[in-house]
Amino acid sequence: MPLTNEIVAKKLTEHFGDQLTGFEEPYGLLTFTAPKDLNLKVMQFLYDDPELQFRFLTDLTGVHYPDRKGEELAVVYHLHNLADNKRVRMKVFTDIASPDVFTATALYASANWMERETFDFFGVNFVGHPNLKRVLNVDEMDYFPMRKEYPLEDQTRVDKDDEMFGRGGHIGI
Amino acid sequence: MARPVRFNVQAEKDVKLVKEGPEGYTGEGFFATSLDKVVGLARSNSMWPLPFATSCCGIEFMALMGANYDFARFGSERVGFSPRQCDLLMVMGTIAKKMGPVVKQVYLQMAEPRWVMAMGACASSGGIFDTYSVLQGIDQIIPVDVYVPGCPPRPEAVIDGFMKIQELVHNKEVIRRRTSDKYQALMESYGIQ
Repeated sequence: MPLTNEIVAKKLTEHFGDQLTGFEEPYGLLTFTAPKDLNLKVMQFLYDDPELQFRFLTDLTGVHYPDRKGEELAVVYHLHNLADNKRVRMKVFTDIASPDVFTATALYASANWMERETFDFFGVNFVGHPNLKRVLNVDEMDYFPMRKEYPLEDQTRVDKDDEMFGRGGHIGI
Repeated sequence: MARPVRFNVQAEKDVKLVKEGPEGYTGEGFFATSLDKVVGLARSNSMWPLPFATSCCGIEFMALMGANYDFARFGSERVGFSPRQCDLLMVMGTIAKKMGPVVKQVYLQMAEPRWVMAMGACASSGGIFDTYSVLQGIDQIIPVDVYVPGCPPRPEAVIDGFMKIQELVHNKEVIRRRTSDKYQALMESYGIQ
C-alpha cells in the first residue's frame, strides 16, 4: 500500500501525540511543526520506522520571522523517503535570544555543512556540532546577513547615485 | 540585409589596418631602432593571459578564444594558468569577498611586467551585485590597467580592451616598469612590496 501523507501524519500523531502541531499540506507536501527539544527524536523516529523510512535529508535551512516574538528563527528540515518517493517537512522554532537547536549531524552526515550555512546566515547555534563556523561568508564577519535586521547593500560604496535607486538626490546612503 | 551602423560612426576615419613598425633608421638590409621599442613591440604582440574566470564573463572569454573571434591572433595563443608565466591577469566574473585574498595572491605571484584587465561589470565595480558578500570592484585589492564594461562584454569589446593594453605595453610603458616611481607609489597604495 503506497505511503501517503495521511499515513505519515497518523503515525506521527500516534507516536508523539499533540506535541507536533501545525499539520498542513501546501502543494501536497506534508508539513508540521515540532518543539525544538524533540527535533532529533522526531527525525530518529522517521528514520527508524520500517514503514516510514525517511532516510535522506534533502535540505536544512533557516527562516527569520521578525514578527513572531519568542520564536523568531525557524529551522526547516526537508526529509525524503527514497524508497516510496515521499517527502515531509519539519519546522522547529526557536527564540532569537538563545537560538540553540540540537544538531542532526549524528543522524545525517549532510547536515554538517547545511547547519554551518544556517549558522552563517541566521546565527542558529547547533548544539553538538563538530565544527560550527562560517562556511560561505568571510570568517571575520560579525553579523548574520539573512536576518531581516541588516542592510542588503554593501555599505562601503561612496559613489552610488541615489537618484537612480529611488532614494533622493544625495551621494551615499 | 544587414542593419546600418548606428554607433561609433564618428570614430577615426583613417584607421590603419596594418600597424606600422616602430620608428627607426632603415637601410639596405638593416633597421636601427631603440631597444625599448622593439621589446615593447614583442611584448605587446605576445601577451600571455591568465584567465581568472569566475562566472559568466569566463564563458564570454571562451567564446573569444574560439574560432569566430579568435583571440589567438593577438598573440594570446597560449593561455596559462600559472601566474609566473603570464603577463596579463584577466579577471572575469564576480569576485566575492572571500575570493579577494585569492586574487591578491595570484597577482602577487605574477612576475614583472604584469598588467591587469578587469573584464565585465562585476570585476570593475561589483556589477549588479551590490551586496554584503561581493567585492565592489577588484581595484579595491589590486591595481587595474584596463576596465572593460559590459555584462558580459561582447568579445569585440574585450578585444578593444585588449588592444588598449597592447597600446599601453607597446607605447606608453618604459621598459622596466617596476623601477619607475609612479609604479612603486601605486604598489605602496595597495600595500604590495
